[in-house]
Amino acid sequence: MTERLARLKIQRGGPGEAPAYDDFEVPYREGMSVLDALIWIRTNKDSSLAIRYSCTNANTCKECMVRVDEKTVYACTKRLGTTPVLVGPLTNKRLLRDLVTDIVPPREKLSLLLGEPNSEE
Amino acid sequence: MTVDVTTDVLVVGSGAAGMYAAVSAARNGADTVLVDKSLIGRGGATIMAQMTVAAAVGEQEPDHWTHHLQDTLESGRGLCNEELAAILCEEAPLRIRELDEWKIGWAREDGHMKQVMAPGHGRERCVYVDFLNTGPAVARTLRTQIGRAGNLRRASELTITSIVVNDGQVAGAVGLNMETGAAVTIQAKAVVLAAGGLTRLYQRNSASVNMGGDAYALALRAGAELIDMEFVQFFPIGHLAPRLVGMDPIMWDPFRYKLGGRLLNSEGDEFVQNYGHAETSNKYTAPRDVASFAILQEVAAGRGSPAGGAYLSFEHIPEADLRAAFGPVIDRLAANDIDLTKRGIEVSPIAHYHMGGVRVDGHMETGVPGLFAAGEAVGGANGANRLSGNALSEAFVFGERAGRFAAEAIGNRVGSWSNEAARSAIDEIMAGRHVATRQSGPGLASMLVTLQKIMWQDVGLLRTANGLANARALVQNMRWDIGDYPGASDHRFALSMQEWFDLRNSLIAAEAIIASAQTRTESRGAHQRGDFPRTDVDQTHNLITRLDGEGLSVMEAPLVSKPFNLIPLEAAE
Ligand SMILES: Cc1cc2nc3c(=O)[nH]c(=O)nc-3n(C[C@H](O)[C@H](O)[C@H](O)COP(=O)(O)OP(=O)(O)OC[C@H]3O[C@@H](n4cnc5c(N)ncnc54)[C@H](O)[C@@H]3O)c2cc1C
Ligand code: FES
Repeated sequence: MTERLARLKIQRGGPGEAPAYDDFEVPYREGMSVLDALIWIRTNKDSSLAIRYSCTNANTCKECMVRVDEKTVYACTKRLGTTPVLVGPLTNKRLLRDLVTDIVPPREKLSLLLGEPNSEE
Repeated sequence: MTVDVTTDVLVVGSGAAGMYAAVSAARNGADTVLVDKSLIGRGGATIMAQMTVAAAVGEQEPDHWTHHLQDTLESGRGLCNEELAAILCEEAPLRIRELDEWKIGWAREDGHMKQVMAPGHGRERCVYVDFLNTGPAVARTLRTQIGRAGNLRRASELTITSIVVNDGQVAGAVGLNMETGAAVTIQAKAVVLAAGGLTRLYQRNSASVNMGGDAYALALRAGAELIDMEFVQFFPIGHLAPRLVGMDPIMWDPFRYKLGGRLLNSEGDEFVQNYGHAETSNKYTAPRDVASFAILQEVAAGRGSPAGGAYLSFEHIPEADLRAAFGPVIDRLAANDIDLTKRGIEVSPIAHYHMGGVRVDGHMETGVPGLFAAGEAVGGANGANRLSGNALSEAFVFGERAGRFAAEAIGNRVGSWSNEAARSAIDEIMAGRHVATRQSGPGLASMLVTLQKIMWQDVGLLRTANGLANARALVQNMRWDIGDYPGASDHRFALSMQEWFDLRNSLIAAEAIIASAQTRTESRGAHQRGDFPRTDVDQTHNLITRLDGEGLSVMEAPLVSKPFNLIPLEAAE
């Protein structure tokens, strides 16, 4: 029996770079989330993919927001099907790299502690 | 080079313990900096905690902290540090009331705080915030206090990689700037380690990504000692299958407790009663370790569920009762295609909390002057088995104390930063920065998966001399394999570099658990040895782990005992 696959097209790159897109196939598990797939990709295919998340299951940390097919979602609760999806970073936040954007509240920024000029857009 | 940041007190980690420590250090006059590798208040266990907090506030029924202490010591199977346990129980009500003043919103009934029973407690003692919202409420409330404190700065996305010790005392810390991949130096007269637990070391866990054991490795590498590292608490009925998203894997417990869900094997039979605990059909009374052990034995005997656990079934409960008990949760389950009236779900023991940890005195200070610890990172208060609800109390109480005593300690201390003492910590980050960017292919994440399997297999619920020796050899090889500095880098959002530091810490913490588990040749509480199934009264002592060079050593230490008088409850009212 052939394995069922989930397909993701993921936006790559940093600020100021023209976005590139990488295609990944991930073994599909009933009920899996977009975050499950991103973790699988980092573990098995490409460890250079940048993602941000913490709580993984509980949906309490709210760190994992990305855009899936142009809609803002939590990667950990957005279900994956077997139709291909496009995954990209939030568009209203400063891009750090790949799917990670700067969602740190202004008064909690490390640049502020280090006395660096404000890197906000 | 000049240091990047200078402060009196540095707090590492911003869960309940770290945030409380920072507020407390600041209000006791210390210039304070609070940092987290994730976002402030969001990265650890605190925000995920759903249930209750134990404290003898005595609002529901008469209670006194000495009764809470008695229950805590009993649950700890003879190994609690009685001084720390007494501090935890005596001061928990103060912190609960302070959080109440800070408007956390403890559930109330008839004008008083509502307190409920939880397993192991002799009275209705546990406060909470509705609905399954305790942890998020704690995080929100403490973050507000952080924002209000005057002399308190804070920063997210700074992973502390080493504590700097100079002339035998704490001088500060070095960290990895996640955004740029650069080294950050912080000079501090005192450091509070509040970096949380280590349950991510296990394949099945309730952890966030930031719970890989950093606190224990940072403490060991700074020269501090750990205590009772063999005691990892497993939660018997963690969610296993079908995939459940947006819900915590430990969510089933209160419902099983309320409704009496049945644990079944693949043949549809109840089995817990076959393992020495008479559990009548609809009651849920088996202690955590008995239920966990029973599930594993059924799986080993070929009677496990398809995903390798047991079934938890509520099929015998009328739908209306399910609806009443589960409230809005039933709709979230439906969104996950789970209909409890139709079939059971699969559950398994999962790693949930760490009783062992950094060895501290009553001031929360380690053996390294100026290095304090707080929260789950601290070992000793809960002995061989933690009572439910004690973890958050511990985080509040120890956090408040660590901040207060750190602020006191800096009074007679000058900053002792030296670039020389920080050199190797800075160099390993710099070395990592110069290796090639963007290596594709599997990386350290796959090594962590390997470690999680080893720990689950051989250092989990049931341990043997052979399994432990095997695990130790594998972990030592991995410690060797990862080298001396990060092998991949990425200058913007330095996840690969962070992963290397994480893995180094996880491997050290894992080996500390194994070394301690090898030394304890008996079964007690959360530490169960297949080859030594009985408790041995001659091993009623603590085990202390140190790092000497690269090697870990374990030695015995006598218990810290502190006699107390149980206050009669009539008198306490
Ligand atoms: C799912 C779940 C449910 C729970 N439910 C309950 C409950 O109902 N009642 C109860 O009493 N207990 C409960 N517990 C246990 C309790 O939540 C924890 O023991 C407690 O919150 C620990 O608090 P802490 O501040 O010590 O650590 P955490 O809250 O884990 O915080 C540690 C912080 O340190 C940061 N950090 C780690 N390493 C570094 C580093 N190198 N540099 C910088 N920062 C770092 C992390 O990002 C994190 O933010 C639960 C635990 C879990 C996982
Ligand atoms: S990973 Fe925490 S909310 Fe998605």
